[in-house]
Amino acid sequence: MSVKRPRPRLDADNRPFWTGGDAKNDGGKLYITHCGDCGEWTHPPRQFCRHCQSENVAPEAVPGTGRIDTLTVNHQAWMPGLEVPFVIARVALDGVPGVVLTTNIVGCAVDEVAFDDRVRVTFEEQDGVWFPLFEKVS
Amino acid sequence: MKEAYITGVGQSEVGVRLTRSPMGLTMDAIRQALDDAGLTFDQIDGVASYPGKAHGYLGFSPIGVDEVIEVCGIKARWHMGAGEIPAQLSAIAEAANAVKTGQARHIICFRTVYEAAAMSRPDEFPPLRRDFVDGSSQWTAPFFAISAACWVAQYANRHMQRYGMTREQLAQISLNANRNALLNPNARAITKKVLTIDDYMESRLITTPFCLHDCDRFTDCSTVIIVSAGDALDEVSASPVRIAATAGAVHRHSWDQAEWMASYDTGPDLWAKTDYTAKDVDTVQFYDGFAFFPITWLEALGFCQVGEGHKFVEGGTRIARDGELPLNTAGGQIGAGRLHGFGFAHEAVTQLRGKAGERQIPGDPKVAVATSGGGPLAAALLLARD
Repeated sequence: MSVKRPRPRLDADNRPFWTGGDAKNDGGKLYITHCGDCGEWTHPPRQFCRHCQSENVAPEAVPGTGRIDTLTVNHQAWMPGLEVPFVIARVALDGVPGVVLTTNIVGCAVDEVAFDDRVRVTFEEQDGVWFPLFEKVS
Repeated sequence: MKEAYITGVGQSEVGVRLTRSPMGLTMDAIRQALDDAGLTFDQIDGVASYPGKAHGYLGFSPIGVDEVIEVCGIKARWHMGAGEIPAQLSAIAEAANAVKTGQARHIICFRTVYEAAAMSRPDEFPPLRRDFVDGSSQWTAPFFAISAACWVAQYANRHMQRYGMTREQLAQISLNANRNALLNPNARAITKKVLTIDDYMESRLITTPFCLHDCDRFTDCSTVIIVSAGDALDEVSASPVRIAATAGAVHRHSWDQAEWMASYDTGPDLWAKTDYTAKDVDTVQFYDGFAFFPITWLEALGFCQVGEGHKFVEGGTRIARDGELPLNTAGGQIGAGRLHGFGFAHEAVTQLRGKAGERQIPGDPKVAVATSGGGPLAAALLLARD
């Protein structure tokens, strides 16, 4: 995947998520919005809890491990220069019920990725955005 | 409350990289639909479209509702061009609500697509920017999950994992689309030859489990549906088809967080609004931007149990034109082009009127379901000649 990743436009809602991987943040962590009132998680991040509508929400570091909920092996180069194949997966995060992340599984061959595989976050930085990718836990 | 009817349908030339302008195609389809209904511009008092003019990506939707009102000299009492509605066919559902409540008598509903032509003329029709992403696509595009194919493929793969769907079963949607498209004169630019299971299995993969034949393709076309009030049918010459019920649902408007697709919430809601049941349906026209969607609509609307859709289509006989539930008789979007939802309503009406020519299903079809959308989008229309 040698081409640049499409870059999210950072704002007050999403900045903690997209910059949490910076090593300055306690070594780089995955941050998900957590409600200080009901304890539930909200993703995509907003300044309201989507479960109880509280504004007492804040980004909270989560373990960054999880399980592959589903995946697809992408063979089509959607952009010029995009190296294929690669794996797109939904990862169900440990300790964050109800939240899944669409991501790439990296660090192994595409045919080594399967449903329910255990994975761990690894960040790829590009122009001040830390993209949370995942690799298999051996 | 009044009833709502579809009284006219029209479709422009369907092609790839057409040179006729988007407004030209739209006017071709409008004129055809007006002729079909026996109406004139001065009888039209409403216009609707999905999703409204897409200024950031003109190929996706190049014509606005206000432009049609302007060009056609319509004195509109009601109009709507909206993307934040359940799905493409919701424009027709909203038009039905408008005529039922007396806000208009005859409404032109249109969907014009120009994605193939736009790609070939980027100076005139700038492509969608890919460098910066915001909104919901920021949660998928940074991982090169850029096409909806990548999002839907993950649902399809899960169906394979959970319920044992095979690629040979999935292929039945495309093979059925191909057989029907070959009998549809409007699909000639899209489907030119017979597709075999061997062609399918050997074609290149897009994103597993989808191969090239599981995906619709960019098409240039305009499709028009005219919706009329029940107390205005004396002005119409065509045989009307009643919009017996409409439904649309969204629980999480997000391709990446939704556990399952909005179609599963829409299907039961459609039946809750009518005395008809799935057993009464003579033909289904199900959105097939990707081949997996019709399988989910079969389940969502109760034609089979959840997790059994792939068994329903196995072998292709039940969904064939002479089968128990003819599916996508014009070829769907896979066979007849990415008309973006409106093609399914067009074909449902054509079949219910017995005007489908070589591809006409046998018997005397009276009830049809047309759907659009997938993922977080879903809308369904129940159409009846009753």
